[in-house]
Amino acid sequence: MKAPQFDYVKPESLVEVFSLLEKNGDSARIIAGGQTLLATLNMRLSEPKLLIDINGVRGLSGISLQERFVRIGAMTRHSEIEESNLVAKHMPLLSMTAPHVAHKAIRNKGTIGGSIAFADPAAEWPCCAVALDAVIVLASKRGLRRVNAADFFRELYTTDMKTDELIVALEFPLQSPATHCAFDEMARRHGDYPIVGLAAVAQVSVNSLSQLRLVFLGVGNIPMRARAAEAILEGKPFSPELLAAAKLELAGELTPGADLYNSSELKLHLAAVLMKRLLMKMTS
Amino acid sequence: MIEYLGLLEKKMAESIEVTIRVNGVDHTRRVEPRMHLTDFIRDELGIKTTRLGCEHGVCGACTVRLDGDIVRGCLVLAVQANGQDVETIDGASDRGDLVELQAAFHAHNALQCGFCTSGMLLTASSLLAEKPNATRDEVREYMSGNYCRCTGYQSIIDAICEVMENRRQTVPQECESGCAL
Amino acid sequence: MTLVSDIEGLHSANGPVADEGYIGARVSRPNARRHLEGRGTYVDDIVLARLAHVVYLRSPMAHARIGTVDADVARSMPGVIAIVDGKQVAEICSPWVGTLTHLVGMKSAPQYPLAMERVCWQGEPVLAIVAESRQQAEDALQTIVIDWQPLPVVAHMETALDANTPIIHPELGDNLCFSKTIDTGGVDEVFTNADCVVEETYRFGRHTGVTMETRSVLADFDPAERKLTVYQSHQAPHMMQDLYARHFSLPESAVRVICKDVGGSFGIKVHSYPDDFATVALSMLLKRPVKFVADRLDSFVSDVHAREHLIRARMAATVDGEILAFEIDDLTGVGPYSVYPRTSAIEGNQVLNITGGPYQHKQYRGHLKVVLQNKAPTSQYRGVGHPIACAVTEGLVELAAQKLGIDSLQMRKLNVMRDDAYPCTGASGIKLEKLSHQQCLSQLEELMDYQALRHEQEELRKKGIYRGIGLAVLVELTNPGAAFYGVGGARIAAQDGATVRLEPSGVVTCLVGVGEQGQGTETIFAQIAADAVGVPMDRVKVVTGDTDVTPYGGGTWASRGAGIGGEAVLQAGRALRRNMLEMAAVLLERDPASLDIRGGQVVDAKSGEFHLEVAELGRIANFRPDTLAAGSLPELVVTRTYAQREYPFVFTNGVQASYVEVDIETGFVKLLKHWAVEDCGRIINPLLVDEQMRGAIVQGIGGALFEECLYDDSALLRNGSMADYLVPMASEMPDIEIGHVQTPTKTSSLGAKGAGEAGTAGAPAAVMNAINDALLPFKARVTEQPITPEKILRAVGTI
Repeated sequence: MKAPQFDYVKPESLVEVFSLLEKNGDSARIIAGGQTLLATLNMRLSEPKLLIDINGVRGLSGISLQERFVRIGAMTRHSEIEESNLVAKHMPLLSMTAPHVAHKAIRNKGTIGGSIAFADPAAEWPCCAVALDAVIVLASKRGLRRVNAADFFRELYTTDMKTDELIVALEFPLQSPATHCAFDEMARRHGDYPIVGLAAVAQVSVNSLSQLRLVFLGVGNIPMRARAAEAILEGKPFSPELLAAAKLELAGELTPGADLYNSSELKLHLAAVLMKRLLMKMTS
Repeated sequence: MIEYLGLLEKKMAESIEVTIRVNGVDHTRRVEPRMHLTDFIRDELGIKTTRLGCEHGVCGACTVRLDGDIVRGCLVLAVQANGQDVETIDGASDRGDLVELQAAFHAHNALQCGFCTSGMLLTASSLLAEKPNATRDEVREYMSGNYCRCTGYQSIIDAICEVMENRRQTVPQECESGCAL
Repeated sequence: MTLVSDIEGLHSANGPVADEGYIGARVSRPNARRHLEGRGTYVDDIVLARLAHVVYLRSPMAHARIGTVDADVARSMPGVIAIVDGKQVAEICSPWVGTLTHLVGMKSAPQYPLAMERVCWQGEPVLAIVAESRQQAEDALQTIVIDWQPLPVVAHMETALDANTPIIHPELGDNLCFSKTIDTGGVDEVFTNADCVVEETYRFGRHTGVTMETRSVLADFDPAERKLTVYQSHQAPHMMQDLYARHFSLPESAVRVICKDVGGSFGIKVHSYPDDFATVALSMLLKRPVKFVADRLDSFVSDVHAREHLIRARMAATVDGEILAFEIDDLTGVGPYSVYPRTSAIEGNQVLNITGGPYQHKQYRGHLKVVLQNKAPTSQYRGVGHPIACAVTEGLVELAAQKLGIDSLQMRKLNVMRDDAYPCTGASGIKLEKLSHQQCLSQLEELMDYQALRHEQEELRKKGIYRGIGLAVLVELTNPGAAFYGVGGARIAAQDGATVRLEPSGVVTCLVGVGEQGQGTETIFAQIAADAVGVPMDRVKVVTGDTDVTPYGGGTWASRGAGIGGEAVLQAGRALRRNMLEMAAVLLERDPASLDIRGGQVVDAKSGEFHLEVAELGRIANFRPDTLAAGSLPELVVTRTYAQREYPFVFTNGVQASYVEVDIETGFVKLLKHWAVEDCGRIINPLLVDEQMRGAIVQGIGGALFEECLYDDSALLRNGSMADYLVPMASEMPDIEIGHVQTPTKTSSLGAKGAGEAGTAGAPAAVMNAINDALLPFKARVTEQPITPEKILRAVGTI
């Protein structure tokens, strides 16, 4: 369908963005990559009065290596992350994940900031942000605010971002050389929103994993960190029995909702299979 | 910066002047902000070579090049493309950019009704530029964002792989003494 | 590689159809060039002066009374030209009833272009909003408020005939649209005494075509001359011409239907739709051109749906695996109205006729019930019942093979009709001219290296990798006579005409009633015409898809383009050649039998010596008739019509195999490879046949694994968007290897049968059998399509 009418403004500075947000409140929407927003508008599922295009605000994109983290500007396109040598070297989980995000044409426009802000429960970047202990940097006229990814995603499509704030960057803490990571997801068709997905980060030594972080997508309203399963596995020699025990914990801490095609039982089961496969991959 | 004005309930949205270069020619028009790039190309400019299949961003029929990168025309606003460079299939074809792919598609009958073909060729072209050594599975993966109902995809994959293979074979190899053959 | 078997009659004295010519050659499509540059012309590309755009307000509910309609705000919105309701349209357009007399007892209620008083399915068009632009029409639509008064809904076919289920059309007495039984009489006894009886229930999910180009109509009524021109994305322009003329009380000669490029159809665009008639009505009422292009969201709730079946089936066999009898009980749920004019009962009727088709057996009983529901109307969609009949048949055959410990391929070889058994009649009554099941099976065995795959499967099973091989043998009806529609009273042509004419420049123009939607019909007509007349193919121009220009014809459906349209072209081309040779003979003072036309030149038949360019004949006949001898002028414009009148349909046959790997932990299915050996009679262009097969197979795979229109208990569609409804995309589809057998039909000189649908007929059966073969070690079976990971894991017991 054709989108409903709206006004459009393309500010050149954050100050202007904040002023616009303040003046218009709920009736305004930020457009970054637009790959989710415009699809929604084309289906007339929402009717904002004003679109604030932040593609003209400088300083919001770019990937850089800082002293203790990799900084990725909110307006960085998925495809830039996919093609970045810096990311491949210093934050490989993101490189592994990028090809799973929709399709190339979408990745050329969509932004990581947009994905984080929208917080779709089946989206890849929020899950990776939690797994990598990323910090989300928010700006408002009050200044900058940093929120850990673990605290950022609150409820379905709801984050800690305030109505007068804008995500400006993500900071991914640099990892030790012994850190391994893996990402995989299960989807009926490549590029679809997956049924379930898993980002796993750990230190691997001989046969055990430590500082393990297992973060699932698609099994809850927000990225779900499987702490109980992690606790079972943490530091112990990896074995089928250990894995079985971890799987039991999963059943307790993940409560996936059913969707049109997939029951909660299926999602829970697939989550467990993903966990097994990724962990085996990491320890082999 | 466009000054924001308060809207009365039923007032039409302020139209905005944009200049977009399409196939090498600048076009200046006043458009509603809601108009997406594909509608701009088709309805404002009368260039019908790019198509709409869903307007959800899923089918890929609307794929065009924007500043050299493939995008979904239905998920880009014309106002966002202000000052940018758009190329549609006919533009790319006329300047000879797709000759090998077009010949291969034709020989393999990698199109039937033709509706997906504009998007398919531009995506294939992007694939060849980005992954000249893609495996057959990687080709399938890259093309998996473009829906085709007629061909079942194999002939499209065959055509792309053939072009890829031909290009690999014509890359000059150096002989042992260092001269190009 | 083609295995040419039995092509007599093609090298007849009437003009050779030589293998060295274009017929049988892999020729690229000349008319594909424009698409490679994006330069096709689809309905939405056509711009006319004062063009108005319509969007239809569609019912959001499955069943409701239409209360007050408040469109005042809409009327005053920018760009709005008119808001038109059902009553206004009904004043100039008569209603229809989608029944055919030969489907005895069939019932359906009268239907109007726009609903009045009551809506019967979610998506039914109610109000037309016409504006200067699509955007403005949609803006206005949003402001319209309708007081919908919900009515009880018939949402499940299983209970559609229950006593306490509301009757959608009380005047019909119940929700039964059509029922039929075929009974050879001795079925019960066979089942009672059989060594082996297998029984299973199969469910097929309703799904839809999802053509790339959505349905599109541009109606242009000239009020001065009362002439209607309709540009439509459609398969059968003459059928639509007839319908528009009759329902709008216009003379047939005042209606012109033009089909330019069609962005995919697959049967979805062979029907008439209420919004088609409404759009025409708007053009007449508003006296300006009106364009309707279905939005994708519209399409999901208004395009024809298909294939919602629940079938209880059983098969009897001897201990040695000889099939004795089939029995099926088919329940299918259609919409609240039978689709017009081809009906919603043909699909079920085909399931009844086609089940068991390839196999030797004498006893058969089939019950069919077609019931009305408050869901989108259903009708013919590529394969029409064949995919279902084949899946049921092949599921049972496989089950029996397992039970009896007989290899799958061996079971097929044992039971298919023998290649020398024809002509014969199947147990269900289908008349078969000549098929090649045995030859196809042995070719398939070699093509896929069946034994090697079985071996590989066994080895991998030991390693916990579960692969499966699934086979499907199929028959597919093509080249229909009048059996489908004409006999039932529908004005759908069972013949087709071709006009071939020599232009002054020596070009041969070929006008044909059958058109093209991408399958390559125009190309094969050029090949046939070129061979028939004797000119190079690039000197043949083919024109289709315009009722003002082409001979009357039936259009594309039931895979009739090559067999029927092609035959008309062949006969017309040959006749033109004869006339050209006669003219040349007079000019050269030779015996016509001593001359031939080759490569666009008149030559000596024996030596090949050049005499005249064909263009010379064109020049003289048109510009210098004074130099011709007294007597009638040469007839260089020739029309021939052809109807297939020997059989109700000419059947083709084929076999398919699917090789899959089931990830037993996740239930995900990987399609490793697919094979098909098909026999569509004489192949005109193997490149096009291959690609039709591949596209059709993938479309069948869609229904087997991915596609379903999911309705809830209120008969509302839950997944009506491209994001939620899953169509096959490139990553998940297999490579497909095709083999050919050619058993030409003797019902025509050309010998060609159809090839468009066989792929879809066999793919779901092959894939389902392959999955069940993979699951054999787990004693699990899946019998409900689409087969999803959920269904597989539940069958295996994992969840």
